[in-house]
Amino acid sequence: MPGAELGGKRLDFVQLIVSGLANGCVYGLIALGFVMIYKATEAVNFAQGDFMMLGAFFCLGFTNADFMGLNFWLAVPLAMIFMGILGYVFDWGVLRHMSGQSQTSIVILTIAVGFILRFVAGTVWSHEPVSLETPFAGVNLDFGGVVLGVNELLIIVVTIILTVALFVFFSRTKLGIAMQAASQNQLAAYYMGVPVKRIQSLVWALSGVVAAVAGILFASKGAIDPSSGLLGIKAFAAAAIGGFGSLPGALVGGLIIGLIEPLAARFAPDGFAGVARIAPYAILIIVLIFRPGGLFSQTQKKKV
Amino acid sequence: MTDKNSPVLRVDNLESYYGPIMAIRGVSLEVREGQIVTVLGANGAGKTTLLKTISGVMDPEKGTVVLENEQIQGEEPDRIVNRGMVHVPEGREIFPLLTVAENIAMGAYTRSDQQDINRDTEMVYSYFPILKERMSQAAGTLSGGQQQMLAIGRGLMASPRIMLLDEPSLGLSPLLTEEIFAIIRRLNEEQKVTMMLVEQNAAVALGVADYGYVMELGRIVMADDAATLAASKDVQEFYLGISQDENQRGQRRWKQRKTWR
Repeated sequence: MPGAELGGKRLDFVQLIVSGLANGCVYGLIALGFVMIYKATEAVNFAQGDFMMLGAFFCLGFTNADFMGLNFWLAVPLAMIFMGILGYVFDWGVLRHMSGQSQTSIVILTIAVGFILRFVAGTVWSHEPVSLETPFAGVNLDFGGVVLGVNELLIIVVTIILTVALFVFFSRTKLGIAMQAASQNQLAAYYMGVPVKRIQSLVWALSGVVAAVAGILFASKGAIDPSSGLLGIKAFAAAAIGGFGSLPGALVGGLIIGLIEPLAARFAPDGFAGVARIAPYAILIIVLIFRPGGLFSQTQKKKV
Repeated sequence: MTDKNSPVLRVDNLESYYGPIMAIRGVSLEVREGQIVTVLGANGAGKTTLLKTISGVMDPEKGTVVLENEQIQGEEPDRIVNRGMVHVPEGREIFPLLTVAENIAMGAYTRSDQQDINRDTEMVYSYFPILKERMSQAAGTLSGGQQQMLAIGRGLMASPRIMLLDEPSLGLSPLLTEEIFAIIRRLNEEQKVTMMLVEQNAAVALGVADYGYVMELGRIVMADDAATLAASKDVQEFYLGISQDENQRGQRRWKQRKTWR
């Protein structure tokens, strides 16, 4: 029956969109980490993807039966706390001593840190893909024929909650506004008595926490291995599409990339399946040609 | 503490480098309770470096900065703001994407006494009503004069014992400069804010100040009451642009020597 077939296609399409959105949320959260650190310290943390991977492994290490076997709902906050501490300590112990060095050397340092984290994660946990044991793994919900994975829905819901929480934090709390202030005019923040260095370390901590959430969400969808962090490159493209300096832009960029991948794979002509792999970067190039500042560019010219 | 004659701020033999250049070459000065003290000087005299060294943004090589009988040289700026000294920097340096109200709230970052903060916010808005009108607007959209008002208002929110003002007239029209300086004087008289004011515009600065220092090439070369300075021949000639002797050829200036050289 043609009608049923059409309906079947539509259901298939909904599933595609949901899974694309779920991927996009993960990219968006990693991109958020990129942008937060870039805004606060003007450095790009190329280890952000590896932070995500490490956050997932922390959670996995706490909860998987092969390792510590803690309750999943205890392992999640523990992983977030550990990644927060790691972010803070990395800035406090390493980057603070590099102030005054060129941005390039800081960027290269973060790339090196990424390699180290991959090696450490492989040694401590596993070089092979492992799956995170979650209470909702493999549970599906059936919405009148549309079968959606609980994990994918949860990714979207958690991302929305986290986004709202971050928005409230940055716009309503004194510390959040101080973070914005320090990123907009570091010198003026100094003059006002804002402890800029501590604030920067706290931004690193926050981006560690966000990376942990992204990692746990990513791992809940499938397996994780030490090189999963390389998907940070896609998140970097997402951040650039969004305008590298805009938090909402980072999320939107992530969603665009998340959606374009499955759609490109689905609608690519036969023999061009590889299109899905290059689609994110093609979009990046198109955006940069037509809007070099990104979709949500937030530049402010200084008045004299 | 409330002794009218005790200096709020005393600087002794301060030396400070700007990169490899010695920008401050042994400066000593005093600011007393309730005074407005101005430091005059041309471009590159070291005025801004002096303020930065006093407020802790730069570290001195030698010398002491004493704020209310305690040495503070080399301390971090956040500690110094906490001790009651706030620096309103040159070129305003507001937070462009934050709202006016958020900018003002950031001025009180080191404080936590919410009631007093609310009271001071009202006080700031009463001096700068335009800021209250614009309070939910991004500060980057304000005009230059309004941004300067915001910078001063934000500084007041630290509830300072002494306020360091760096070139509040920079880039403002003469009319706006006058308006800002009128407010500076009112703040000094009504709120008893002690101020140290660095200016190139000697005429307006000497108009509000009680005492003045003249700085050249990192040294203090003259120090006196503002009125005496304004009347002195050298200051008139070199900082107020009043020509002394309308001589025949009208071009003797290049020959004239400053008394301190």
